[in-house]
Amino acid sequence: MADKSDLVLEVKGLKTVFFTNSGLFQAVDDVSFTVKRGETLAIVGESGCGKSVTALSLMRLVPDPPGRIVGGSVMLEGTDLLALDETEMRAVRGNRISMIFQEPMTSLNPVMRIGDQIVEAVRLHRKMSKREAQDVAVEMLRLVRIPEPARRAREYPHQLSGGMRQRAMIAMALACRPALLIADEPTTALDVTIQAQILALILDLQKELGTGLVLITHDLGVVAQTAQRVIVMYAGRKVEEASVEALFAAPKHPYTRGLMASIPTVPAPGVVAPARLNEIPGTVPSLVRLPKGCAFAPRCKLAIKRCEAEYPPLIDWGGGHLAACWRAAEIAEVA
Amino acid sequence: MTEVLLEVTDLKKHYPVRAGVLRRQIGTVHAVDGVSFSVGVGETLGLVGESGCGKSTVARSVLRLVEPTSGQIRLEGEDITHLSKSALRPHRRSMQIVFQDPFASLNPRMTAGDIVGEPLFVHGLATGKALEARTAQLFEQVGLRPDQMRSFPHQFSGGQRQRICIARALALGPRLIVCDEPVSALDVSIQAQVINLLIDLQREHGFSYLFIAHDLAVVAHISHRVAVMYLGRIVEISDKDELFRNPRHPYTQALLASVPVANPLAKKLVPLVDGDVPSPVNPPPGCAFHTRCRFAMERCRIERPVLVDAGDGHRVACLLNEGTGRPNAMS
Repeated sequence: MADKSDLVLEVKGLKTVFFTNSGLFQAVDDVSFTVKRGETLAIVGESGCGKSVTALSLMRLVPDPPGRIVGGSVMLEGTDLLALDETEMRAVRGNRISMIFQEPMTSLNPVMRIGDQIVEAVRLHRKMSKREAQDVAVEMLRLVRIPEPARRAREYPHQLSGGMRQRAMIAMALACRPALLIADEPTTALDVTIQAQILALILDLQKELGTGLVLITHDLGVVAQTAQRVIVMYAGRKVEEASVEALFAAPKHPYTRGLMASIPTVPAPGVVAPARLNEIPGTVPSLVRLPKGCAFAPRCKLAIKRCEAEYPPLIDWGGGHLAACWRAAEIAEVA
Repeated sequence: MTEVLLEVTDLKKHYPVRAGVLRRQIGTVHAVDGVSFSVGVGETLGLVGESGCGKSTVARSVLRLVEPTSGQIRLEGEDITHLSKSALRPHRRSMQIVFQDPFASLNPRMTAGDIVGEPLFVHGLATGKALEARTAQLFEQVGLRPDQMRSFPHQFSGGQRQRICIARALALGPRLIVCDEPVSALDVSIQAQVINLLIDLQREHGFSYLFIAHDLAVVAHISHRVAVMYLGRIVEISDKDELFRNPRHPYTQALLASVPVANPLAKKLVPLVDGDVPSPVNPPPGCAFHTRCRFAMERCRIERPVLVDAGDGHRVACLLNEGTGRPNAMS
């Protein structure tokens, strides 16, 4: 572990629950992680695994009711965000920690010019005249490589393409130079050539500004190409954490292994016939009726009696490679 | 090549753009602009491209769900382009479609069993006990339990709903199934299950797929041949193996280079194209890709390239190297 002062974010034992008609469920259950300055941490998992709720919890944007953060701490640059009242939190949100979402069209105000939206964000946190803030807005649009930024600043969101809108969102999120940026599936709604442009842009800016980045995605390809460290989530829990190299070289959790084996890749030369994929049987369990033991056990080829009875603890298997599986020690041989 | 099942020749679909009080036509969307391809018996043709390239319009035109502006569609040798509704009806049995969103394409007020059995009933192929037995059989074929026939769509997960859609498509014993982004809305682990199901069913029944997707890797897995579309036209079409090993169109190359590889040691992502896809309302003259192409020459702005055989049935529409495109320089 590096120097403590390098830490931008330290999340410990985060627990977020939702109260619904069908019962209480733990959307995020005892999740801990850290992000260093300039580091990219990817959180990967399938729908309903709790990755987005984790992000919303960090921003204190979990809708209450039905949701509530019931435990843990979120230390951002030494301040526990969970201990702040709403006024204090508002001064932090969009300033020291900001977020970009999957669908830029729904997160931009459709009846406000792009430039004015950035001006609003900047003036909320900085003492600045309107004119000065407008200059900042144009400068930010230039930074995210929008051509003719001064003209674009006067346009409305519908006049921009999907890629341009996401660039504008990034400009707004970074306008106050936050210590931490959370990107929740930032390229999922975009075409693949545009995705490549946006990911390259986010990484460039992060390097330039030294921002810590939490990247939430379901795409292991995006993880491999962008992150330094990875958390794999399943049914609200962190099941594995490792450096990106270690995770892809030797995943320790059967779920991670299954996920990697089931991604379609461009097949090896010479393969002509349609090739079957390795699939994980079954579906993601409902969070309301989680099994007592490991939530993945019903779908796991390696499950033993113990897996159904007891939840496996997260164990460090060396070099900060954590995995919660009773059979992690022997996985290289048995799987 | 094997026997041809579907043959599409110079298919065009243009939509008028109207504006103002008088709804005067102010332009034309060239959604599909002269597309030709064929699908062999038991073959899967993958059609890949980014949003707005016209791939879904091609799918719908083939099924006559939208009326093509011009061109010809031949199914099993018969021209179905201009058949009347009633004349088309028997052909409808041989072609079915699976849509992207299994939440929108199932009637929420019908039971899963009724949804799957409806085509059989409508075409008068089975009623009563026979209908129920056949439906149960279809459920088993797609990996659902017959006792789930009385459940409603909302009681199923996304992957299961897509299985219902597939069972419905199978009901009439089609020769061609058009799959329009059938796995895009699904999680990775479920996506693999559905792809495997589609491959298994094809091996068993020998029907053909026209498989439309934006995800190159998915298309690479399921297809025998692949066509790449850009702004309403096919820019490259070839055997799968040849296309991925030796892409010749700069757009195909850019597309392949943009896919993030799930290997941290692989070469890092380098965007090979800048800018956005131009509007199909007024597509650029000449080669539609010239505005984003790094190798565009003066000619590309004027002359519209046609598909040229670069060898072994690998056809590419690019003016570079006497119309054979650019040898792959990525590797």
